[in-house]
Amino acid sequence: MTSILEQVLQVGFLAAIFRIATPLALATLGEMFSERAGVLNLGIEGIMLLGAMAGFTAASLTGSLWLGLLAALLAGALMGALHALLTVALGLSQHVSGIGMTLFSSGLAYFLYRLIFGQQTVPPNIKGFSTVPIPGLSEIPILGPAVFNQFALVYIAILAVPISAFLIYRTPWGLSLRMVGENPRAADSAGVSVIATRFQAVILGAALMGLAGAFLSMAQFNAFTFGVVSGRGWVAIALVVFGRWDPWRSAGAALLFACVDALQLRLQSTGLGHIPYQAFLILPFLLTIIAMALMSRDAVAPAALLEPFRKEER
Amino acid sequence: MPQPSPLIEMRGICKRFGAVDANRNVDLAVAPGEILGLLGENGAGKTTLMNILFGAYAPDAGEILVEGRPLRIARSGDALAAGIGMVHQHFHLAARLSVLENLLVGLPGKGGRLDRPGGLARLAEIGARYGLRLEPDRPVSALSIGEQQRLEILKALFRGARLLILDEPTAVLAPGEVEGLFEALRAMAAQGLGIVFISHKLNEVRALTHRCVVLRHGRVVGQVDDPAATSSAEMAQLMCGREIVPPLRPPAAPGGPVLELAGVATSAHAGMRLRDVSISVRAGEIVGVAGVSGNGQRALADVVSGMLTPDAGTLTIAGTRIQRFSPRAVQAQGLGRIPEDRMTTGLVAGLPLADSMVLPRIGTPAFSRAGLLDRAAILAFVEEQIAAFDIRCPGPMARAGSLSGGNLQKALLARELAFNPRVLIAAQPTRGLDIGAARFVHDKLLELRAKGCGLLVIGEDLEELLILCDRIAVIYEGRIAGVLEAAEATIARLGLLMSGAGGHA
Amino acid sequence: MLRLEARSSTPAWFNLALPLGAVAATLISCSGLIALARANPLAAYGVMLSSSLGDLYGLTETLTRAAPMIFTGLAVAVAFRAKFWNIGAEGQLMAGAVASCAVGAIPMPGAVAMPAMAVAGAAAGAAVALVPALLRVRLKVDDVVTSLLLNSIVAYALTALIEGPWKDPMGGYPISPPIEETAYFPILIAGTRLHLGVLAALVAAPAIWFLISRTTLGFAIRVTGENAGAARYGGIRVERVLLAAAILSGGLAGLAGVGEVGGVRYQVMSDLSPGFGYSGIVIAMLARLNPLGVVPAAIFLAAVMTGAEAMSRATGVPVFLGDVIQGMALLSMLVALLFTGYRIRRTASP
Repeated sequence: MTSILEQVLQVGFLAAIFRIATPLALATLGEMFSERAGVLNLGIEGIMLLGAMAGFTAASLTGSLWLGLLAALLAGALMGALHALLTVALGLSQHVSGIGMTLFSSGLAYFLYRLIFGQQTVPPNIKGFSTVPIPGLSEIPILGPAVFNQFALVYIAILAVPISAFLIYRTPWGLSLRMVGENPRAADSAGVSVIATRFQAVILGAALMGLAGAFLSMAQFNAFTFGVVSGRGWVAIALVVFGRWDPWRSAGAALLFACVDALQLRLQSTGLGHIPYQAFLILPFLLTIIAMALMSRDAVAPAALLEPFRKEER
Repeated sequence: MPQPSPLIEMRGICKRFGAVDANRNVDLAVAPGEILGLLGENGAGKTTLMNILFGAYAPDAGEILVEGRPLRIARSGDALAAGIGMVHQHFHLAARLSVLENLLVGLPGKGGRLDRPGGLARLAEIGARYGLRLEPDRPVSALSIGEQQRLEILKALFRGARLLILDEPTAVLAPGEVEGLFEALRAMAAQGLGIVFISHKLNEVRALTHRCVVLRHGRVVGQVDDPAATSSAEMAQLMCGREIVPPLRPPAAPGGPVLELAGVATSAHAGMRLRDVSISVRAGEIVGVAGVSGNGQRALADVVSGMLTPDAGTLTIAGTRIQRFSPRAVQAQGLGRIPEDRMTTGLVAGLPLADSMVLPRIGTPAFSRAGLLDRAAILAFVEEQIAAFDIRCPGPMARAGSLSGGNLQKALLARELAFNPRVLIAAQPTRGLDIGAARFVHDKLLELRAKGCGLLVIGEDLEELLILCDRIAVIYEGRIAGVLEAAEATIARLGLLMSGAGGHA
Repeated sequence: MLRLEARSSTPAWFNLALPLGAVAATLISCSGLIALARANPLAAYGVMLSSSLGDLYGLTETLTRAAPMIFTGLAVAVAFRAKFWNIGAEGQLMAGAVASCAVGAIPMPGAVAMPAMAVAGAAAGAAVALVPALLRVRLKVDDVVTSLLLNSIVAYALTALIEGPWKDPMGGYPISPPIEETAYFPILIAGTRLHLGVLAALVAAPAIWFLISRTTLGFAIRVTGENAGAARYGGIRVERVLLAAAILSGGLAGLAGVGEVGGVRYQVMSDLSPGFGYSGIVIAMLARLNPLGVVPAAIFLAAVMTGAEAMSRATGVPVFLGDVIQGMALLSMLVALLFTGYRIRRTASP
């Protein structure tokens, strides 16, 4: 038991938690924006992949990491616009459109990557983001190096949480967003454009998903490989539910999941023997299903989630 | 007394939904400080008219004038800007948001943030002026229905409404809360607000409004200039009309009871619980159930149809008490059912007509054997019924949703009548049908009666019930308020029972 | 300006025209990508076609690849007909693979082993599908998210098994012990990989079609999916129908896994399925949920996937074009389905 404690209190472990949590938190926030407006985006896995590819490619070709991030944001936003076109403007099934988006985006990502870089025995990599210590704060014992000597994107993700919360809870746009997701008819009769708000939410959300993907290829792995996303998108869907569609709770859920993930990585090397590490990976999914079963989901999810809005319906 | 110039004027408003004329050439005017009642039965076109005023629908013809100037209201934002506010029947509120948030939605903020201090100040101001107050940070889900309605009103006042439309506001209120609402409305009128009060409840209209416009079948059929001095009976007459079609109903020769409800009580269902309902239908007679929608008809129909298990009381069909409530159970005893809503519960729009017509009895030997569909038998049955009932359709395989209302109703009748029911329950059998189709349905029902079937017909159309029924029961707030024999049933008497004004209320 | 107007009925030729139109739109739009790769779209599609359907070997490869997708396509079609949103065919397939592999490793004569594997695999798939179904029926929990999450759970559980207690000591990397050789599905054409499971798939499609269109259960499923309220009023026990649809759907997806284990791989590894479960969704939509249409739709996708490799070698276009085509086909079909409910009308500007 003490060995586990030792593991946990290592700086490296704490730093790993934040690293692992960053793409999850960004993706979860993105999905949260979309769902808060009433649109489920099951294309998240594919959009993250496309963002990872776009970011990596742009950075590799131009030499600028920040251009890469921009490319990832744009790629995500573009896919978001497509999903919004299908589900909000045309009112098509959000489930099927999302699955289609995942299949299409991931296929496109692999295709374009192979086209640009060709097939190489040693996959190309870039000099990705390096950690940026924040002067002063990074000197704090244990917490300092763990939290304040991280990639720039980690800081962005950390900041994204309070910014998202502010946006959602304290601005008129955020209020419109919430209203559209709870009672679009009420929003409409208050003068809010349901279609426009949903478009904005989905596009913003997808851009964040693209950014999440970019972190994976540009900071964590410094390469674009086939397993670079490997299910993190689906985890984000679960984390949104777990986080009750709230930015702080979602970020907390992402941290929790990252803890468990970092722990199982550590435990693999120390060998906890009889418990397979997959048990820890399964845990968040299982907990989410249980949580969904326990809390009457209707009481917590945005009330108008999955309902297309059509005017003049009698 | 000099007439103040109208706040709002609607001229020649027409609106059509598909084949139905919801509003026909309607003229309406509201003066500042006036409480105008808009009276009519369900489906008369009141809500549609107000939805046009509020920008939810666009009129097919006619114009709207605000303070004498014509105005195009394309969306709710325009109406709000013009000072028109609406309190909907089904509240336009987000349950999970707070009172203040529901008020602020759609308003620009201050410096990029929600204008909380401004909102609180406005709320306080309205509270002082009209006496309407609510705690700003309570979630709407924690408010009582009466408080939620108060919030709906506050929303309109918050935006500076000078005309307030209320759509059946007392439908959701307890009797004690109604007076509170009326006081608030009177206070607002005194401050110069114009108010349109949509209702079908005569007592309330007489108590509250200064003037009253009556709609029937989408048209203005009359105006009452002094509701307080007019009797409910007169107003009921205007609302329900006096177009009597001579009944062709031979005298009844009823046999033994085929349907008996005794002491039936249910929990809340579609907004109303049944409290102690006892009705008996004998072979060869038609018993009607009249009432304004929302008084327990849905629960009653569902109990008889086997869809709802009562908490107390019994249902007996042809002498057999129903133990386990299910559609198949009541059907097995010879009960035929015509659902109230053709398209949502009656037929399956996306599938062939044939599927809908055999649906209730698909598991019986008539249409299947050992789990396999007997397609030949199904097709033969459907074609037979199409011919017998003259159902206009391209064929048995046409999508059910492509048939007209009248033909769909014929199909629903056919699928039950073909099995010679001992008793039939029909809810709103001619709703949305044109005169010809309605007449067909009436003839068929009377035919059944002549053959010795007992019928229970639930409806809101009093003329129809007077044509068909040997006895008419009136349902009000989950109880039978009274039963009238055909000879003594008049529209006026029924109207009184229906609005809780007469009998035991 | 264009407006969508509700349609009263769907002409019969739509059933064929829509998927063909979607496929055409897909191929046309993806030819843009081929051009981006500096290849000739017609040449590229030509190679794709000839390699996957042009000779015996290609044809059998395509059919072999189509077999599991026919099963998952059927699984999704049955589920979606009842409006049970089964996105979990992937996990149900893997459960079926695990169960059938375990049973197939028990020494017994082939004639007993194969049906035993099929039953075990179908049961495992059905069991996994029942989880989201029961949660929906009893607790009103959304079936899309739960069935999706289960995919990940089953995948991790599978990896845990083949890395731990179920690891083949003979294999170098994590893989399960193989099934007995007597349980190998017979090859139908010597020199190819065309196995009995392919035949089973081709028989399953008309069988499921018969179930859906000619039995009372199929009737109940169709009506429940179209209008659950009318179904309930008509006496159908909607909850039971949903559970039945889940069992059927999960069982079919499980059989997809059985086929892969018994006929192609003979053991279980973590990349057993390259997304067959998700392909099933594309196939079901292209087939407009018609079990008979699943076969050509599955063959189409299988041809694309098989042909993509040859095409890639011949023209230099990345092999992933196949995946793009798959995703695009689903999106195109979704848009095409809009035309069944609505038609586009030009109206004067308001």
